[in-house]
Amino acid sequence: MNKEYLNVITVDDDEGNIIFFKNIFKDLKIGVKSQCFSDGDDLMKYLSSSGAIIPEIIFIKYDIPGKSCMECLREIRINPGFSNIVITVYASQISENETEEIFVSGGNIFMKKPETYEGLKKSLTEIITINWQYHSSGLNKDNFIMKV
Amino acid sequence: MYVKFDFNALCKKVLDEKLKEHGLKYRLLNFGEVEFYEPITQEQHNLFKKNLEDYGIEIIESQKTALVQKIKDAIVELVFSENAVPVKASIYIAEKLNHSYGYLSNLFSEVAYTSIENFIILQKIEYAKELILNNKQSLTEIAHKLNYSSVAHLSTQFKNTTGITPSQFHKIIIKRRKNQSINSKMLYE
Repeated sequence: MNKEYLNVITVDDDEGNIIFFKNIFKDLKIGVKSQCFSDGDDLMKYLSSSGAIIPEIIFIKYDIPGKSCMECLREIRINPGFSNIVITVYASQISENETEEIFVSGGNIFMKKPETYEGLKKSLTEIITINWQYHSSGLNKDNFIMKV
Repeated sequence: MYVKFDFNALCKKVLDEKLKEHGLKYRLLNFGEVEFYEPITQEQHNLFKKNLEDYGIEIIESQKTALVQKIKDAIVELVFSENAVPVKASIYIAEKLNHSYGYLSNLFSEVAYTSIENFIILQKIEYAKELILNNKQSLTEIAHKLNYSSVAHLSTQFKNTTGITPSQFHKIIIKRRKNQSINSKMLYE
């Protein structure tokens, strides 16, 4: 265990969602330092800036404005410097083929976005907890695929 | 007046009295090691810690982390061992680390943010993933190797842990690897 918290980035254009995510992260037992961006371009600009804190997890909305979620995913996966980042894509409803495409392009987790706050809390807690295990026990992230 | 201290006896006595004062059921093991008969809550722990600070006695949190690491190591050894271990995981871990399972189990959940049981499942599924991708064994053989009673049992636990079936997992990783090799070819051209 090299540190006591996870760095997390959330990318969503809905301010309400961002607030929900932040509140849930704050209440977790596992320490989370979170940052937020409202579109794909801002995310990629930040990641490629010097001095950026490379997060352990990125939560990105599937239909994000600006650079699309799939473009961000591919760009992140092509950069060996980002190989440690676990990417979680979420959406209310997408097809099986689209979900598979996310995984094949290097996404680690697909979260079907729960409709209630309690549901979201449960899913995010599950995701953060399993990520903590991968992070603190050095598990192989290449094989990390999960649907929540 | 001059006094002479026996630090060892002094510290032990203070620890003894403080533990009693806090109503904790315990026994003192080796030097500086206390075993509780009942799990203590975070609140009890914090109160006790604060009280001890006045005496210059510090609870070593990192020792807990060290022990949790030992538990993790024992689990990995157990799951990844070539020969199936003929005892229950709880017995194996308790004997290996020389503590009661109840104590280890509570400690683990507190430090690792998951239970020993869940951690074992996670490790088994990770190993199953590796074996599935090796393509050398059938799912039935993998289930047997990992001590599952049946393929169905392995598949259910796989699905519960990852949200996808073993065959979906296999398909996705194969496609992803193809995708990666195409991408890296494009990079070099």
